Amino acid sequence: MTISPSITSPERRPFRLVGLLPWLFAAVVVGYAMVVGGYAATVVSFALIYAVFVTGLNLFMGFAAQVSFGQNAFAAIGGYGSAVLTATYGWSPLPAMVFGIAAAVLAAAIVGFPALRLKGHYLAMGTLAIGLITYEITVEWQSVTQGYLGISGIPPFGIGSWEVTSDRGQLVMLSLVVAACAFAAARIRRSRFGRALSAVAGSEEAATALGIDVSRYKLMAFLLSAGFAALAGSLFVHVVGYVSPEVFGLHMVIVTFTMLYVGGIGTVAGPLVGALIVSLLPETFRAFKDYQDLAYGAALILLLIYAPRGLASLFAPRGRS
Amino acid sequence: MSPAVAARTQVGAPPPILAATGLSARYGHVEALHGVDLHIGEGELVAVLGPNGAGKSTLLRAIMGLSVNSGEVRFRGDVLPRSDAVAVASRGIVLVPEGRGLFAPMSVSDNLELGAYRLRDKAEFNRRRERVLTLFPRLKERLGQAAGSMSGGEQQMLALGRALMAGPKLLLLDEPSLGLAPRVTGEILETLGLLNREGLAIVLVEQKAPLALELASRVYLLSLGRIVAELDPRDITSHDDLAQHYFA
Repeated sequence: MTISPSITSPERRPFRLVGLLPWLFAAVVVGYAMVVGGYAATVVSFALIYAVFVTGLNLFMGFAAQVSFGQNAFAAIGGYGSAVLTATYGWSPLPAMVFGIAAAVLAAAIVGFPALRLKGHYLAMGTLAIGLITYEITVEWQSVTQGYLGISGIPPFGIGSWEVTSDRGQLVMLSLVVAACAFAAARIRRSRFGRALSAVAGSEEAATALGIDVSRYKLMAFLLSAGFAALAGSLFVHVVGYVSPEVFGLHMVIVTFTMLYVGGIGTVAGPLVGALIVSLLPETFRAFKDYQDLAYGAALILLLIYAPRGLASLFAPRGRS
Repeated sequence: MSPAVAARTQVGAPPPILAATGLSARYGHVEALHGVDLHIGEGELVAVLGPNGAGKSTLLRAIMGLSVNSGEVRFRGDVLPRSDAVAVASRGIVLVPEGRGLFAPMSVSDNLELGAYRLRDKAEFNRRRERVLTLFPRLKERLGQAAGSMSGGEQQMLALGRALMAGPKLLLLDEPSLGLAPRVTGEILETLGLLNREGLAIVLVEQKAPLALELASRVYLLSLGRIVAELDPRDITSHDDLAQHYFA
């Protein structure tokens, strides 16, 4: 239930349309990939999967202002859950995905309960360890994960006899999933739970003194975030058809952090915008050949100088970030 | 304890809404509050005075359960759970912390709403909100504005308004006058006086003694984490009186 007196001061109105720009940008990019297909469709598909992951990361880091370097662990649990259950045990993708997400949320609850007592840098280090440990498990538990070799032959996502096999079909499916995730994030933000998270982000002590159970809300945000991560991990293995430990390694942590900050931490559209930009930037600099990474790095630095709160925040209504 | 105070606390005094016995609080290994005994009557406004570092803020935090405590705090006779601020808040004890603890990027309206976080009754919510906006008309003009962008006085009004949204039975105020112009301070203290006359029990921590003495019915003097005196404000006629107690 929300108590929402919905006071909208008149000066907020003109920002409404501008607020749609990030979504318009995303729609254009996805539309372009849909028309062109092939490589562009693959790049955008991956970007959309990352968007799901980053949307979850944003719940924990943006809305509740906590830090986690270990969400890749939950993506790995979701991804490997789907991979093992479908490829090895012949489950169909949907129940495998649900199982993977449930397992990841359960793992997050077990890990989060003690880990969330940590704050700031300590929480960052603690969560980083969760990611590293999960990586080691995916490498060493060879009877299940097949180690570095990875698991191949994972079926594409589908329900019953209906399977998503084409590039364009996958794009449509992923777009719908991302839209649903963004909608969920927007709803969460405006809910009683979302306001409590904002209070936790603002001042844990003040929130506590108002009777907001800070540790409970942090844990809930962590669990939700893990659920999104597991969903992304599962989507990834079904889209690619293959999984190996590297997929959910440290690289994923770095890329998704970049996406979150470039897109706009704490905003609803930020994760999607960030995921698309960070995925597309290296591609657009392909013409620079040897200097591609240099151009990419320079572009990131410029973005963070001129839009320190992320691209989406440029279009956000004032007073709300 | 002066005879006048002793007489009032025994006979005519209201039953305590809050009573602390042997309340201590520590930060890490350092104890900042040493076995404090105090009581606040129903509908009473009690001031806690003391020099910098006396433990005034720590005392409020300890009552609120925000620090690691030992000792006992009773609220209307029930022992409060130790170091559990959420439970303490749910009984109706509300702290306006030092530095106000506003959610700066959020709007005035959202800050007020968070004050009533535990309340699920929409009609009661609207009633409290109306009341707060009547007490502080300036907040009404700024509902959509970010809390952090307002003046110090307006922020203090919002902090107080947010606390009132919680429907407090006992209000703990940590230096509401800090950093405010005298005129604004006067306004805020006037509002506190009004709330108190309507029956709200208040603990007011202040550095600016004269302001607090005007409102309070009793004064505790805190020094180096201990209560060194309990006074009737009418007995304190000059600053020297207070200073004597501080350094006694």
